[in-house]
Amino acid sequence: MPTLIDVRADFPILTRTVRNGKPLVYLDSAATSQRPQSVLDAVADFETRHNGAVQRGAHLLAEEATELFETARASVARLVGATEDREIVWTGNATAAVNLVANGMANASAGIGGEDSARFRIGPGDSIVVTETEHHANLIPWQQLCARTGATLKWIEVDDLGRLRLEQLATVIDDTTRLVAFAHASNVTGLVTDVAPLVARAREVGALTFLDACQSVPHMPVDFSALGVDFAAFSGHKMLGPTGIGALWGRGALLDALPPSIFGGGTVKVVTLTETTWMDAPYRFEAGTQPVAQAVGMGAAAEYLMAIGMENVAEHERRIAHILREGASEIPGIRLLGPVGDANELDVLGLAAVLVDGVHSHDVGQVLDDAGIAVRVGHHCNQPLHRRLGAPSSTRASAHVYTTEDEARLFVETLATVRPFFGMSS
Amino acid sequence: MSDLEQMYQQVILDHARARHGSGLAVLDASAVGESHQVNPTCGDEITLRVGLEGDTLTSVTWEGQGCSISQASASILTELMDGADLRRADETMEAFMALMHHRGELLGDERDDLLDDATAFVGVGKYPARIKCALLSWVALRDAIARATVGTEGS
Repeated sequence: MPTLIDVRADFPILTRTVRNGKPLVYLDSAATSQRPQSVLDAVADFETRHNGAVQRGAHLLAEEATELFETARASVARLVGATEDREIVWTGNATAAVNLVANGMANASAGIGGEDSARFRIGPGDSIVVTETEHHANLIPWQQLCARTGATLKWIEVDDLGRLRLEQLATVIDDTTRLVAFAHASNVTGLVTDVAPLVARAREVGALTFLDACQSVPHMPVDFSALGVDFAAFSGHKMLGPTGIGALWGRGALLDALPPSIFGGGTVKVVTLTETTWMDAPYRFEAGTQPVAQAVGMGAAAEYLMAIGMENVAEHERRIAHILREGASEIPGIRLLGPVGDANELDVLGLAAVLVDGVHSHDVGQVLDDAGIAVRVGHHCNQPLHRRLGAPSSTRASAHVYTTEDEARLFVETLATVRPFFGMSS
Repeated sequence: MSDLEQMYQQVILDHARARHGSGLAVLDASAVGESHQVNPTCGDEITLRVGLEGDTLTSVTWEGQGCSISQASASILTELMDGADLRRADETMEAFMALMHHRGELLGDERDDLLDDATAFVGVGKYPARIKCALLSWVALRDAIARATVGTEGS
């Protein structure tokens, strides 16, 4: 494994200074991560040397572009344990991947796809189950699918520390459940979900499973096939890749039966004036011209992460998690959302969302920013969980492979100065 | 004074705690207007109510939650606007918006006098992400006055 110093040298942005000439301490990777030179180069090389229409045209550039586009798909497939490359569908971002499945189910419910898509039909009397920890992107598409089809949305609750109340699985997931959607790792508490009991219960009742893997794929080894889920979504820009690209992973047979929801060129076998038959996955979902350079960049990011080794990434983040979470929870007047966690068990990400007693998260973020520390403030697109944990908003520090232990310690030290700055005794 | 200290001047920290005008008054003024404003990125919100007698703001009260900048802004607004006539209110609102977009410098003319304590927000202009915090209550004020006057014009 390259040493941490080597890794940091791969990220040009980390050398810049911010407010008052201070070095950048980037602790907002759960919102968006920074890109290594190899990703920047892959995108630039595509644009400057190989750009051409993918899967169309008979010229050399079109062939090279197609080759790079599909090689990137193979890299991403390898990163997440896909059994075939075609199980990776490019989407504009992870949110689009969730909507792709939700809208496909809505179309199946309207009869599109015929008998092949019958298992995706949903209607009155059926239910979709989510959890109280979901990011808005893995909640709203299901909520709105229920509103459209007359199905009922149910959810697994969490306890005061944001842990799923697994004892509810047996009652909330029942014979009416058609799909269970849940996050692999929380973007607020940082908790990593034990996927097995959810998949087991979903299978017991014949429900599909959808995993929001946005916060897990960039930070730990993930093998969707082994986890036993049916679909998963993740984004490029959180795993050191570009913005404007994400991916849906799904089991091949399911993807081949799910109706598309964005209709257009490049997705079809036979078109008549009245009917269309679709290509198999992934192409049935990739209508119109795709963000090809971004896909190439996401492939380069997958290669970069695999070269370091996801076990090594996770091991590094375990150390950061320990400093951030222990440190923050020991400061008077600071409340860590979620448990401190057991770093050795990797049940938490290198992430800490905190509530500072008497100080709004925007004011907290401002003091940190003044020290050159970039964090996320607000509700992090997760209002229900904040409400459940009794926090109007929070301040979140989140790490990636380039985060140093010194940076994590600086966050904790600066956090301790916030209440005194606003005139509160510690 | 660092940029941070310039933004969080003592007068702002004091007002964030004192919250003048906090708590909606029950009004029997001849014209009443109320506005609810939300900043969806951070969840800050305010409900601001005005009472008008003729052209004079006889009451400005509010209820809300948010960061120290938004709370102090509502508090200072209340002090400045209570008893002001509509023309002065309009000029003060315009001056405050101008200050917010003046990149951390005072306006340097008579508008600074009009703003009085509200010039303490000068440092906010250096932080584009925080301007909307300072403006939340002023947007609510403008809307509340519009609602209070819409029924009375021409009557």
